Amino acid sequence: MSFELSYELLVGLLVLTAAAWSVAARDTYSATVGFVSYGLLIAIMWMQLQAFDVALAEVAIGSGLTGLLLLSAAARLRAAEARVTSRPPVMLRIVAALACTAVSVSIAATVLRLPESAPSLAGAAVGALPATGLGNPVNGVLMAFRAFDTLLEKVVLVLSLVGVWSLAPEPGWSGRPRLLHPFADDGVLRFLARTLPPIGLLFGAHLMWNGADEPGGAFQGATVLAAMWLLVLMAGLGEAPRIRERWLRVAVVAGPMTFITVGLAGIGVAGAFLAYPEPHAKSLILFVELPMMLTIALVLALLVAGPPEPTAGP
Amino acid sequence: MSPTTLFGLCGAALVGIGLYGLLTDSRLLRKIIAFNLVGSGVFLLFGVIARRGAAAELFGDPVPQALVITGIVVAFSATALAVALLLRLHEAGGGATFDTPADEAGVKRPDP
Repeated sequence: MSFELSYELLVGLLVLTAAAWSVAARDTYSATVGFVSYGLLIAIMWMQLQAFDVALAEVAIGSGLTGLLLLSAAARLRAAEARVTSRPPVMLRIVAALACTAVSVSIAATVLRLPESAPSLAGAAVGALPATGLGNPVNGVLMAFRAFDTLLEKVVLVLSLVGVWSLAPEPGWSGRPRLLHPFADDGVLRFLARTLPPIGLLFGAHLMWNGADEPGGAFQGATVLAAMWLLVLMAGLGEAPRIRERWLRVAVVAGPMTFITVGLAGIGVAGAFLAYPEPHAKSLILFVELPMMLTIALVLALLVAGPPEPTAGP
Repeated sequence: MSPTTLFGLCGAALVGIGLYGLLTDSRLLRKIIAFNLVGSGVFLLFGVIARRGAAAELFGDPVPQALVITGIVVAFSATALAVALLLRLHEAGGGATFDTPADEAGVKRPDP
């Protein structure tokens, strides 16, 4: 076995161990910690697969934001979960294990029997890339060739925020989401919340701006911005806005609205919905990406912050 | 075996591990975590297919990679909504599962 393959074998084993831990651990809080480390480890796998944009998205969203969301939920459910002592009967667990093994084995068999000459759209994507003015083919797919997917994904983000807010109890509608960390008075958290945001803002903008030609993009950049804002909220240095604020509602739909407007203009100017007229493609893409980044950052952070809670005072 | 195939097998195993957690754990937050593992395994299979489609001086097919990035964001939105539903259920007097609190503790209810 070559050194190369034994390294990949090690990564694979670590990933599977972290995954098994996040299913098998008794305590949900430790399972969640296992899930966060799983996210970091699988990002290494994405690096090995040469998918750097995906690795960035996985670390930022899959591991970071999802981890934060799950950790705070696990902390709030701790007492209720401790009361759960009943486990499914052994027989049921054996049947489930057998069924799941069968699923895994059949997927594995499919992986082993994939056709030797794999189908690929890489040639087509690279061939059409110059027309978009972008240098990063993944971003070309996201913002131009399959822009419709990206637009719908923004809509999904906004809809799930509407769903989360709808779960607020009646008086919550005039309130704001609360996300105070239990150790908010801790010096370290406050220190980080004061020091990191300027660097994070710069890094987020860099990821978005550079995403045109190198790994990165509006999603990854927006996630960094969201993380910075969440850090400030958790340290108690700032408050989340009341959800009835008009500017907030406008900012939440700004990204998809700009995207749809540019898309509709494309019908008249370039002959199809979401088509960009060729010499201006790159500037139009950046014009769409800026409000989109604002929307994604806001929505991601608000999704983590959860439904608004009633607050005292007007 | 190539590293890419190895990762493909990992993806297959992840789907199985996640599915097992989803079926056997009654705690809803654990089901959400397990479901994320299933999704992540499927994404990894996409990654394997992307890597195999390396052509035109690229190390991978950018189309499946872009689909996975979209998928990660959508999976996060769904997870956030599921967690919010769970916390609301908990606030409304439910436990950490769909069972009644007595069932959760393994207490047998008296026959009616």
